[in-house]
Amino acid sequence: MTKFLEVKNLSVSFPTEDGLVKASNDVSYSVDLGKTLAIVGESGSGKSVSNLAIMGLHNRATTQISGSAFLNLDEGPIDVITAPEETVRRLRGKVMSMIFQDPMSALHPYFSVGNQIAEAWSLYNEGSKRDGMKRAAEMLDLVGIPSAADRVKDYPHQFSGGMRQRVMIAMALVNNPKLLIADEPTTALDVTVQSQILKLIQEIQKEFNMAVILITHDLGVVAEVADNVCVMYGGKIVETSAIDEIFYRSQHPYTTALLDSIPRVDKFGSHRLKAISGQPPSLIGLPKGCSFAPRCQFVSHVAGSRCTTEDPELTEKAKDHFARCFLSTEQIHTLTGRSVTA
Amino acid sequence: MLKYVTRRLLYTVILLLIVSFTIFYIFDLIPVDPARLICSKQCTPALVEANRHRLGLDVSVLEQWWRFLQGLVQGRNYGEGGIKDIYCGAPSFGYSFNRHECVSTVIADVFPTTLSLTIGAFVMWLSVGVSLGVLAARKKGKFADRASNAFVLIGTSLPTFITGILVVLFIVLKFHLVNPLELGDWKNPITDPIGWLRTFFFPCATLALAYAATYTRFTRSNVLEISSEDYIRTARAKGLSEKVILRKHTLRAALAPIVTIAGLDFAGLLGGAIITEGIFGLSGLGKLSLTAVLQTYDLPIIVATTLVGSAFVVIMNLIVDIAYAYLDPRVRAE
Repeated sequence: MTKFLEVKNLSVSFPTEDGLVKASNDVSYSVDLGKTLAIVGESGSGKSVSNLAIMGLHNRATTQISGSAFLNLDEGPIDVITAPEETVRRLRGKVMSMIFQDPMSALHPYFSVGNQIAEAWSLYNEGSKRDGMKRAAEMLDLVGIPSAADRVKDYPHQFSGGMRQRVMIAMALVNNPKLLIADEPTTALDVTVQSQILKLIQEIQKEFNMAVILITHDLGVVAEVADNVCVMYGGKIVETSAIDEIFYRSQHPYTTALLDSIPRVDKFGSHRLKAISGQPPSLIGLPKGCSFAPRCQFVSHVAGSRCTTEDPELTEKAKDHFARCFLSTEQIHTLTGRSVTA
Repeated sequence: MLKYVTRRLLYTVILLLIVSFTIFYIFDLIPVDPARLICSKQCTPALVEANRHRLGLDVSVLEQWWRFLQGLVQGRNYGEGGIKDIYCGAPSFGYSFNRHECVSTVIADVFPTTLSLTIGAFVMWLSVGVSLGVLAARKKGKFADRASNAFVLIGTSLPTFITGILVVLFIVLKFHLVNPLELGDWKNPITDPIGWLRTFFFPCATLALAYAATYTRFTRSNVLEISSEDYIRTARAKGLSEKVILRKHTLRAALAPIVTIAGLDFAGLLGGAIITEGIFGLSGLGKLSLTAVLQTYDLPIIVATTLVGSAFVVIMNLIVDIAYAYLDPRVRAE
């Protein structure tokens, strides 16, 4: 069965003076219409980079991209990695849209929000400027901005952070795209606003049957909205599965460490949060072996020094549950205390 | 917006008053006595006193300044105690006893030259500087960028008195593109555009060179900086073409600060371009004030040219501020 977006062996690297930065390494994932895929990882894990490649937002002259990313459109599949730039541009904003982390800087300060939304609309629709502004007002209303008809003429600096992110969402969705890539859409916002924005994305997803890729470092966000999860580390996917599998039967020491580092309401009292010691790896000249090995507390449980000499493959540990670790399912669950039957 | 403009207008008037008083005060402090300067060889203290009265220097600085302001509004009679009646109509900037002319007439005579030079140079440096800067930013690291870099280096390191002399040497004396006898002749740009160009093209180009180089550099770095802004990525993510992104999104933000410096540079030149005027034999405000300061110590001329020059800067500042508020909605809101 083909899904709407199928990313296969996508690698993105940037040549620099210090060497080749392998920001995203042999990444594969897919997402279907109406579903949400969460891509989780810390800063520099390569989670944004592969999605910017799908959108064609890297400078092709200074970026090396290999692999494929097929959009299965009604007219037939199209590989946005190898398609001509002009073809990909005409998909942007129409078939696939993206919203960004910082709504403060992602909107043009010199143009009214209505103007900016209308501009996106008029790219793919026939109509006057007035039609565009009318459509912009409808969109602002849809994303829950009060008295939208009056506010279309306002400028970005006249909106709060949460409201600006709503404007971004309105702009991204004005042409009813089939795929929405949300790159840390709530990171820059207050916690109370965060859940409103997530709820808004979910509602709109349901209404328009969109595929959503949610890039985040916040597992709390993932638990709220995702159907499937990819955990990325050092430019690679280290674990991927359905949402419940990740939370209750995680198969990779990095994922379990991440889960241990978030506060839990059911374990207060003596429970202390565990930080992951060490630093994420430099993406220039990755060490041999597993990229997480230097920070992994279970390295000694793997025979020999295999973790530091050999990079584990992404293997299917359970049905549709892949992880990049030499430890067996039983071993890791005994070590982390996470039950197989939770 | 109206409130903003009114407030700025008020500030401008106050500022101009302060500037004009400061000018009077400074010239009062200078230990040169104009009353003695125009005194003939058989000078007596009584004659000096009479001169001083005639020049209007026998009252306090404040009084002098006040009379000057009155003259600006109403016109003024300078003939008191003299042989004949001398009246200069409003706006009167004073009377030059040295040239036997109203200062406003003198300024009105030379101003078209200064205006021609300034506007011509302004158009040249702005069009060359901005387009070259945008080109260099678009072709960063490529040949066009390097070529523009070379231009910037040459333009900024060559002083106007060198370029001016080189231009005169080659264009006028070697290639005979301009008749040296016609050099500096004022021509009306409306009735005789070719003649105007012949007089002003090379002086304007000389003056524009250094400015064009600075503006190229400034535009290039601004365009590059704005290109890496998040909102340009947003524009790209919307599906806009690179052409539209550059024309509408990048340039709008990158050129706004250029409006500011362009306005001030323009105003600065309206006060006179001393070197360029000198090299090309043009009689503009620059030459007028230079002669008044160095040769004749013609106080009314010095005061007037200084004041006119600073008034241009102050007024242009106001215009730039209003233009900026129009360009950047964030300024408007304050």
